[in-house]
Amino acid sequence: MGGELHVDVRVRDHSALLITSTAPAIGVVGPSGAGKSTLLRVLAGVERRAVGTVRALGETWLSATDHVPPWRRGVGWVPQDSVLFPHLNVWHNLSYSGRSSASDVTALAAELGLAALLERSPRNLSGGERQRVALGRALLSRPRLLLLDEPFAALDRVLRVRLANAVARLCRERALPVLLVSHDGSDFDGFEAERWTFEGGALSRE
Amino acid sequence: MPPDPLSAIRLSCEVALAATALGLGPALGTGWLLARGRFRGKAALTAVVLAPLVLPPVVTGLLLLRLFGQTSPVGSLLGSAGLAIPFSLAGAVLAALVVGFPLYVLTIRSAFEAVDPRYEEVSLTLGVSPVRTWWRIPLPLAYPGIGAAVVLAFARALGEFGATAVIAGNMEGRTRTIALAVYSALDAPDGEAAIHTLLLASLGLSLVGLVLFEALSGWQRRRLDLDGG
Repeated sequence: MGGELHVDVRVRDHSALLITSTAPAIGVVGPSGAGKSTLLRVLAGVERRAVGTVRALGETWLSATDHVPPWRRGVGWVPQDSVLFPHLNVWHNLSYSGRSSASDVTALAAELGLAALLERSPRNLSGGERQRVALGRALLSRPRLLLLDEPFAALDRVLRVRLANAVARLCRERALPVLLVSHDGSDFDGFEAERWTFEGGALSRE
Repeated sequence: MPPDPLSAIRLSCEVALAATALGLGPALGTGWLLARGRFRGKAALTAVVLAPLVLPPVVTGLLLLRLFGQTSPVGSLLGSAGLAIPFSLAGAVLAALVVGFPLYVLTIRSAFEAVDPRYEEVSLTLGVSPVRTWWRIPLPLAYPGIGAAVVLAFARALGEFGATAVIAGNMEGRTRTIALAVYSALDAPDGEAAIHTLLLASLGLSLVGLVLFEALSGWQRRRLDLDGG
């Protein structure tokens, strides 16, 4: 994880979120409503109700005195239902961060099977296509940590395995630490992820 | 002498245009603050912004006269700078601006509230600063709703009467807008023809405004319904 990942926060009504790991890939499994998405929102820096400590990549992102804003964290957050910008086409969604060259955008689009869709509006994409655009958009912002929320949920079995393997390979190639959350632990298969489970409102290592 | 309807229509359009243009920046800022801001005194700010909506326009006009009249500090300062508010075109613009402002802000607030805040959150995590995020995400996503607010504010300013009468007066060719011209024509012995023209113009402009407003509101709803997944 490029240093230790340490999260110890409380988010209003939720039970405490506590996780400490040095693994390059972490998979958190648990039922919906357990707080998986909240954990990712805390790491992305967009959860304003979080109180506690967050350390990642050798930096302190949240403490009693610090709050590093999301635009300075360098995280690639892929929310559960993609949240593509509806007024921008696929190309402009992918290149939104402005941190990658046009040739990088083209290359990654091809790798994710999006080359033929660049002019499309998000409204004309399937669920799986949207998730790939959201992944590409996050990767092209050159993140130091990737946060994936149910990234393969909208896909059928075959596509799910294929995309999971592709993303796992992309992360390894870039030495990019990744934290995935899912209700289905088989999503982590290609990632050799350290597994954590939400049980009775608390996180524990499997 | 009955009022000149064409002069009144032209004057109304000028006043409404100026009030709408001058109000856009403040209405955008206030609407955004009320839609997304988390700060102390938000309820108080809302109350101040909405006050002209519930105050009788004549009272608003009177308050403006107290604030900007030649004997007030603000008024004498503006007067010495060559901008006298009372009984001038500037007074008519000010009245239309203040009385129409609540409607302007409320419509823009709704336009911003309709934008899913997660779009902004994603933009921030992609390393884009809050100011640039505002220009690139909520502002363009709210364009149709903001357009609808502009049309509504213009239509409201077109019909301003009470506050205008108090602070700007009713001077033919200078501050006599449509509503004031209708009022004067009612008293004029041969005002029937002028009233006829003014009524038609008023109805026509309002209808065009409302149709535009509906069209833009519909566009806003469709635009934000795109990313259904």
